[in-house]
Amino acid sequence: MSDIKKFMFVNRKAPYGTIYALESLEVVLITAAFDQDVSLVFIDDGVYQLKKGQQTKGIETKNFSPTYRALDGYDVEKLYVEKESLEARGLSEEDLLVDVTVLGSKEMGELMDQQDVVLSF
Amino acid sequence: MKFGIVINEGPYQHQASDTAYLFCKAALEKGHEIFRVFFYHDGVNNASRLTEPPQDDRNIVARWSKLAEEHKLDLVVCVAAALRRGIKDENLAPGFRISGLGQLVEAGIQADRMVTFGD
Amino acid sequence: MLHIINKSPLTNGSLDCCLRVAESGAILLIEDAVYGATKGSAIEGKIRDAMGQFKIHVLLPDLEARGLADRIIEGVTTVDYGGFVELVAGNKNCQSWL
Repeated sequence: MSDIKKFMFVNRKAPYGTIYALESLEVVLITAAFDQDVSLVFIDDGVYQLKKGQQTKGIETKNFSPTYRALDGYDVEKLYVEKESLEARGLSEEDLLVDVTVLGSKEMGELMDQQDVVLSF
Repeated sequence: MKFGIVINEGPYQHQASDTAYLFCKAALEKGHEIFRVFFYHDGVNNASRLTEPPQDDRNIVARWSKLAEEHKLDLVVCVAAALRRGIKDENLAPGFRISGLGQLVEAGIQADRMVTFGD
Repeated sequence: MLHIINKSPLTNGSLDCCLRVAESGAILLIEDAVYGATKGSAIEGKIRDAMGQFKIHVLLPDLEARGLADRIIEGVTTVDYGGFVELVAGNKNCQSWL
């Protein structure tokens, strides 16, 4: 396919409390299969999606956090986390289960400006 | 201009589907094209033909069906999200079709603008 | 770029997040976010400050539905659904801050 667009997925919601994070991840995997330029950004409570050590047995819900580690295999390598959101939640890069690029708010905004399609769920 | 529309919330519970409908209607009136309306998350509930609102209220599902018929709109319901929520071919309203998430991505590629309506 | 906000900025952080991240462009307040466009609210100052950086629009039918169309902050532009369409068409891309 010749037309490659820049898709950005903006994740601002925490996992488990609602289904948005899981169903968003399903779209990301499909978009990667279409050979598009995919970026994932995690802002606000979205950063909790990447927290290490999620154990969902007690809430009898599927733990989908290992999927973020599998994204690499789908050539989804652009994962960005907003620095201010991490700090506001007492988290640092070491708390996250994948390698990410940490960006300041305005750097994140510039990246968003450059996209063709911005999707948020 | 070609628009792609994403609706993430069900009818009546949230204003998202109403806003999206009025947006589509205005876009069509201005001569724009709606490439596809994609229903995701609880948005798939907009496609249930079992919906029966009170007489004095708008019929959100029928309104989408009518707009689709008048303008040959492509109303696509995500299969994975639909099956999770009990939306199947047997209770699908006229004008809607069930298909995969690839239809959402394709809309993103083909449309000039994508607009998401959700919570 | 067009930023679409649909939640009341008095109870939800979407507008704050948008203002923190976004550089410039246009903001459109729809659905419950239209409360942010009214005079005398606790966040009026924030909206006025944002006007230096962003062009701020509000979806009039949503404001009318909520009984607040007579209280729009000066400088906030009203649009109908047709105006909403033109804002989307006139910007390179858009983000709904859900």
